[in-house]
Amino acid sequence: MPPISRGFRGRRREDAPSDRVPPGQYVTDDFPVLSAGPTPHTPLDEWDLTITGEVDGLRRWTWDEFRALPSEPVTVDIHCVTKWSKLDSEWEGVSLDTLLEGVDTSAEYVVAFCDGGYTTNLPLDDLTEGKAWIAFAYDGEPLDPEHGGPARLLVPHLYFWKSAKWVRGLRLGATDEPGFWEQNGYHNYGDPWKEQRYWGD
Amino acid sequence: MDALMLDGNAAAGLLHEIFGSEMTTAVGTCDGCGAAGEVGAVRLYRGAGLAFRCPHCDNVLMKIVVGGERVWVDFRGLRALQLNS
Amino acid sequence: MEGTAVLGRLTWLAAEVVELRPETSQTKTITFDVPGWRGHRAGQHVDVRLTAADGYQAERSYSIASAADGPRIDLTVERLDDGEVSPYLTDELRTGDVIELRGPVGGYFVWNPHAEGTVFLVGGGSGIVPLMAMARQRALESSGIPTRLLYSARSWDDVIYRNELAELAARSDGFDVVYTLTRVQPAGWDGYGRRVDTDLLREVGPVPAELAVAFVCGPTPFVEAVASGLVELGHEPARIKTERFGPTGG
Repeated sequence: MPPISRGFRGRRREDAPSDRVPPGQYVTDDFPVLSAGPTPHTPLDEWDLTITGEVDGLRRWTWDEFRALPSEPVTVDIHCVTKWSKLDSEWEGVSLDTLLEGVDTSAEYVVAFCDGGYTTNLPLDDLTEGKAWIAFAYDGEPLDPEHGGPARLLVPHLYFWKSAKWVRGLRLGATDEPGFWEQNGYHNYGDPWKEQRYWGD
Repeated sequence: MDALMLDGNAAAGLLHEIFGSEMTTAVGTCDGCGAAGEVGAVRLYRGAGLAFRCPHCDNVLMKIVVGGERVWVDFRGLRALQLNS
Repeated sequence: MEGTAVLGRLTWLAAEVVELRPETSQTKTITFDVPGWRGHRAGQHVDVRLTAADGYQAERSYSIASAADGPRIDLTVERLDDGEVSPYLTDELRTGDVIELRGPVGGYFVWNPHAEGTVFLVGGGSGIVPLMAMARQRALESSGIPTRLLYSARSWDDVIYRNELAELAARSDGFDVVYTLTRVQPAGWDGYGRRVDTDLLREVGPVPAELAVAFVCGPTPFVEAVASGLVELGHEPARIKTERFGPTGG
């Protein structure tokens, strides 16, 4: 154990209910901005969202079409692998159940792909039944580009690197394809409650 | 331009700890565009891990993830790395 | 490599606070005694690590402000109101406290005692810190390299090391300082009063043929504006060394 820095507390909440804080996490009221690359600025009239791969037919929505879909408010706790957790964060988004409605597929896996080239992989089951959204608003405002706007994937039950910023689509497939960070040490699945941060955890 | 962007030099301590020597003056050649420059001068982004990007074409040169006692480094975006003695 | 400590295995060192000195209302210089310190080059930085009683850790990088001085180093820290580490360093630390640091690191952004031509140092806000280390090292070595410092600060009260910079400039040994105060200027100020732009760089900086190297340090947007301004004036990108402090500064 390194030497204790006398009087240092850090800027974290110490009053959070422990049953909401996964192991090894610290609660913050901030919303730290982390990014693997420059913030993209895709004009909305050039933006689209697609569902592709092993599906019966490509699904595609322009921004207007996407925003015309039914959406819902979402209040969730989010957990970043860099150890901060934020409780009761408020979003608005379109459920993946809505987007996947009527999609015929035998695929078990998904790769989310994004402006700027970021990718992340998940089992298809982790996106369905109310577990995931494409979020376009945070805290009552349109989602800021530095937080992933115009739209990001939101999958709060997994570490937040899976909630890919600047998402542009999902590619469904039969095989699991590790994404940007999963290829380089981060856990393939990423359950914060099992502290699955890195390979082999 | 991203206000968050740093220089490779900001990771000098971590790079030294991983590689055992000063790395910011090593010259890397980008596998995307062929540009060469000092590691200290490339663009550094802090996401879940560190991503070092080419200042000319934004190609990811290196990724570093530190997980407790383990460190993972991806060099695929570097065609070559020249270390000076 | 001449004059540089060859560190071998880089580890966290225990650094004891020996002195604390306010510089401006928002900045403080902290002198540390670091047993095992093997010297550093001006421009290098250290990583500072703090550990709370429950094991929570925070790490930040700070440029070394001092020239080589045996086992002692100075860090000049700007207190960021919403910072996690800086308020601890400026408000809580007392002499005798021990914190961890790793370094010196950063061989890319260092004073070169053999530079041929003029050295142009451009600092914004707390970006002055590594540049001050360079100015101090230059004075310590009695180096005659022509060196101009362009220092951008919000106001005269925010200028760190005011008196020492005046003293260095008064030595008439090839070092001088130009200030630009971007938000408020004192009565009778006849210096620059705006953010650094290409025109200001052209008026203050050397021409490309004379530049040996430029060191630009400060918040990322400042560094970007200066670096692209210098390139616009025809300076070779390879001669422009940058140290970006991120959105808010060091």
